[in-house]
Amino acid sequence: MVTLELKSVEACYGRKAVFAAATTPEIRGGSLTALIGPNAAGKSTLFRRIAGQLRGAGQVRLRGAEPAALRYMPQDTAMTAALTVYEAVILAVKQGQAGWQLSARDLAAVDAVLARLKIGALAELHLAELSGGQRQLVSIAQTLVTRPAVLLMDEPTSALDLYRQYEVLDLLRDYAAETGAVAVLALHDLNQVMRSCATTIAVANGRVEAVGPSREVLTPTLIRRLYGIDARIEACSRGYPMMIVDGPGRA
Amino acid sequence: MSLLPISLLTAEAAAHPYRRLVARRILLVLGLGGLLVLSVAIDISLGPARYPLADVVRTILWPADSDVQMRVVIWDIRMPMALMAVTVGGCLSLAGAQMQTILANPLASPFTLGLSAAASFGAALAMVLGVALFPGALALMVPINAFVMAMLAALLIFGLSTLRGVTVETIVLLGIALVFTFNAALALLEYFASEQALAAVVFWTMGSLTKASWTKVAVTAAILLICTPLFARRAWALTAIRLGETRAAAMGVPVRRLRLETLLLVALLAAVPVSFVGTIGFIGIVGPHIARLLLGEDQRFFLPGSILAGALILSATSVLSKAILPGAVLPIGIITALVGVPFFATLIFTHGRRSW
Ligand SMILES: Nc1ncnc2c1ncn2[C@@H]1O[C@H](COP(=O)(O)OP(=O)(O)OP(=O)(O)O)[C@@H](O)[C@H]1O
Ligand SMILES: [Mg+2]
Repeated sequence: MVTLELKSVEACYGRKAVFAAATTPEIRGGSLTALIGPNAAGKSTLFRRIAGQLRGAGQVRLRGAEPAALRYMPQDTAMTAALTVYEAVILAVKQGQAGWQLSARDLAAVDAVLARLKIGALAELHLAELSGGQRQLVSIAQTLVTRPAVLLMDEPTSALDLYRQYEVLDLLRDYAAETGAVAVLALHDLNQVMRSCATTIAVANGRVEAVGPSREVLTPTLIRRLYGIDARIEACSRGYPMMIVDGPGRA
Repeated sequence: MSLLPISLLTAEAAAHPYRRLVARRILLVLGLGGLLVLSVAIDISLGPARYPLADVVRTILWPADSDVQMRVVIWDIRMPMALMAVTVGGCLSLAGAQMQTILANPLASPFTLGLSAAASFGAALAMVLGVALFPGALALMVPINAFVMAMLAALLIFGLSTLRGVTVETIVLLGIALVFTFNAALALLEYFASEQALAAVVFWTMGSLTKASWTKVAVTAAILLICTPLFARRAWALTAIRLGETRAAAMGVPVRRLRLETLLLVALLAAVPVSFVGTIGFIGIVGPHIARLLLGEDQRFFLPGSILAGALILSATSVLSKAILPGAVLPIGIITALVGVPFFATLIFTHGRRSW
């Protein structure tokens, strides 16, 4: 099983520190972990720091996997290169290799991930011809195709329709369960978080505000503290916890 | 034909539908290569003295058995010029292609970064003031000056881009600043130049293949042969960088290092040809765009495609200028832009899928 742990991790842009010392307990693989927090809380920043794109003090501890087995999916899905969808995903498979030849295994990996995301029909389209949601699905395919042991996905469902959102979340949950991978997803929809993610990390103001099982972390108090929203958590008729928003909190 | 994709796909993978795309792209690359060979052959056969094509081919293949005068014309005058068009076109187009790749900017080329402006300034230093930036080798003062200045400009850009926090946009802006600086310095030199020196400078900056020699062909070919495999080894990383820096870095591409290495190679690819032939700026932008339109940006096709497209454009231009104005030797830099721009515009407007 793979685990990920942050120890006093600092993340900064130049001299501006977004996180001074982010610490989490061990995040265990095998299920989804949500990273929540208001806009500009530092979710993307934390991902970049864990992925090694930003430097800073502190330790990112990875157990049961090599750092090379970590994949980060950026929030921005813009891709303008003159490539077909198939070529864009092959790229992710072949990174770090010098050879130009593709094997049947390389192609099978691409086929499998496209099929799983149900975008096989898009394979021959050019990136410029895709809709926003389709581009996000390609981005997810690029991230999953190497079967990473650690997944950091920045708002993977932000451009998807309702059906696709749940389809992708279920797919990611199954992937984590199958492979034991650590999968951290930055999400804004707390109902999705409660339904799909076993664990939640809440960040705000450059601090980790709470970490733990989603049902325990997501309380009206925390939601009010994070977002300034008055909300209740209630069980729906099928028994799932649901967040019901009463409106912006009054001071 | 059915064996073609094998080199890029293993035998078991060759049955995959993706092979169709690979085969099409390989055919297009080969097509460009075929057109290039044809263009070079025509280029060699055209000139003030008219020789039948069969005789030209015989002189090329069996120089020992041919007429002396014809051998001199073909081997010592026409072939170096025709091949120089190929190597220079290839170098400049490849330089532009990779510049556009790492700077994520369709207008980037060694010229937008001030390399050719610097080269022109260096050449003018030699022609106007007789200043040699590299002592000795007086006969080569002009090309050496041009090369030294172009490399200095490139190293300045390189040095500044190693600084922390320097973005792609900053590099482009810096390059534009260099263009204006060197152009102003050049204008200053021209202002004080004698009429004779002024004419020489102006002619030099127009870009011309007339001073081609076998040595220059060999040097430019060597640069191309050194740089191409270095880019080829980084093909996947270079393709990935076109998806954006963050995304490429997320795939494990060492973005900064790749950008710096590429800048150095591009500097070499641009500075050497420019120092030999002057400014032929258009190739560095159009060559890569044609390759991109035909082949996409998978570097396995885009890399050879850019080289071939650039070589083909310059070679075809040389042919055209001989066909349109027989006898006159117009600077090829002028013709490339005049003939190339309408062709390029047509291509852009008729081709559906564009990426920039
Ligand atoms: N490249 C950058 N340079 C400097 N500051 C940055 C940079 N990117 C983000 N920031 C700052 O860091 C802070 C955290 O931004 P970040 O993008 O991590 O937020 P986020 O939680 O992902 O927000 P969102 O939900 O809007 O995506 C913000 O204050 C932002 O202004
Ligand atoms: Mg973000």
